[in-house]
Amino acid sequence: MVAAAHTTSSFKDRVLEILSHVPDPEIPCVSVIDLGIVRDVRDDAVVITPTYTGCPATLAIEADIRTALDKAGLSALKIETALTPPWSTDWISAEGREKLRAYGIAPPLRTAPQCPRCGSAHTEELSRFGSTPCKSLHRCLDCREPFDRFKCH
Amino acid sequence: MADTALFDYACRLGDDSLILGQRLSEWCGHAPMLEVDLSLANVGLDLIGQATHFLKLAGEAEGKGRDEDKLAFHRDVLDFKNCLLVEQPNGDFAQTIARQFLFSNWQELLLRELCKSTNATVAAVAQKAVKEVAYHARLANEWMVRLGDGTAESRDRLVNGLDWMWRFSDELFEADAAIEPLIASGVACDARKLRPEWDVRIARVLKDATLERPKARRATVGGRKGHHSEHLGHLLTEMQFLQRAYPDAKW
Ligand SMILES: [Zn+2]
Repeated sequence: MVAAAHTTSSFKDRVLEILSHVPDPEIPCVSVIDLGIVRDVRDDAVVITPTYTGCPATLAIEADIRTALDKAGLSALKIETALTPPWSTDWISAEGREKLRAYGIAPPLRTAPQCPRCGSAHTEELSRFGSTPCKSLHRCLDCREPFDRFKCH
Repeated sequence: MADTALFDYACRLGDDSLILGQRLSEWCGHAPMLEVDLSLANVGLDLIGQATHFLKLAGEAEGKGRDEDKLAFHRDVLDFKNCLLVEQPNGDFAQTIARQFLFSNWQELLLRELCKSTNATVAAVAQKAVKEVAYHARLANEWMVRLGDGTAESRDRLVNGLDWMWRFSDELFEADAAIEPLIASGVACDARKLRPEWDVRIARVLKDATLERPKARRATVGGRKGHHSEHLGHLLTEMQFLQRAYPDAKW
């Protein structure tokens, strides 16, 4: 059991390492791992989950993961989709949140968004629907910077 | 074994989302302002995403090898099971908002119930979609107030748009023999039960928008049985053209 788990775990780490270099097609500063899209790695399959129901990047993400696996000689590894438990922004890792902030997108928080430029929490929502399904549009009332926010979902 | 009741129900859910998603996509590049353009396109995308999941389920239930694309692009108008509300033309912006207002407030209540469905796929899709549809309802509700309590012209247009769409709202709360077994087994939601809460929500927004509830009129129904208005055929002509002309074309 221990030995088997060890083998599986090193294989899993290798696959996770490969996938950590697959960027999100619309927000390339974060990887599919940072976003919590990869749910599990088994010996025979990678299990992924869609973010937003209407996210047009869903197919592109799957194709990019396929390409990365094939390039690493892992063509036998299938890609499976799991809908439950549903993805939420809580699945985005701490590292992913920091990368979003550095990229100029306010990471999802249950509280008021903070301006990614000056850090002020004194902001207003301009539109609940932004440039992609996952983002809304805001403006900082202190430095006047308009910015995207990853919707808390 | 084919599950015809589930096929029918999943088509109803999927077709409602697909047809309204297609309607909203007609606004792309034409909305009154950029933010509205983005909003309507995003709502449309969410709906088409839901449709993909529900029609995939429908294809599996039917067991004849039809996937979500086959069902969306290669079915004829009489085989569509969407409610009549979603196929109504966009009209002006106010009429589009009136349609969205009636539909999204209903769909949010429906999906909330379907989160508890005994069919695991229906429940999983509902759990994802219900959060998105809450946004749609909020968007429509806010615009109802802005237009209704806005200028004389925006108010007039909204009153006319709502008056047209209102006759199609009763159909949302129908339940018929075809899905009774699914209601009994906890797969489907008995839409009749959604009416009281929907009425409360609608009344609250109409009050904020300083609008009267439209006069009751004879309900126009039939979509769930495939009896559609002429508008659906025109919509499908455009939506299905490419796949009909070039079957199995891929991007
Ligand atoms: Zn700022």
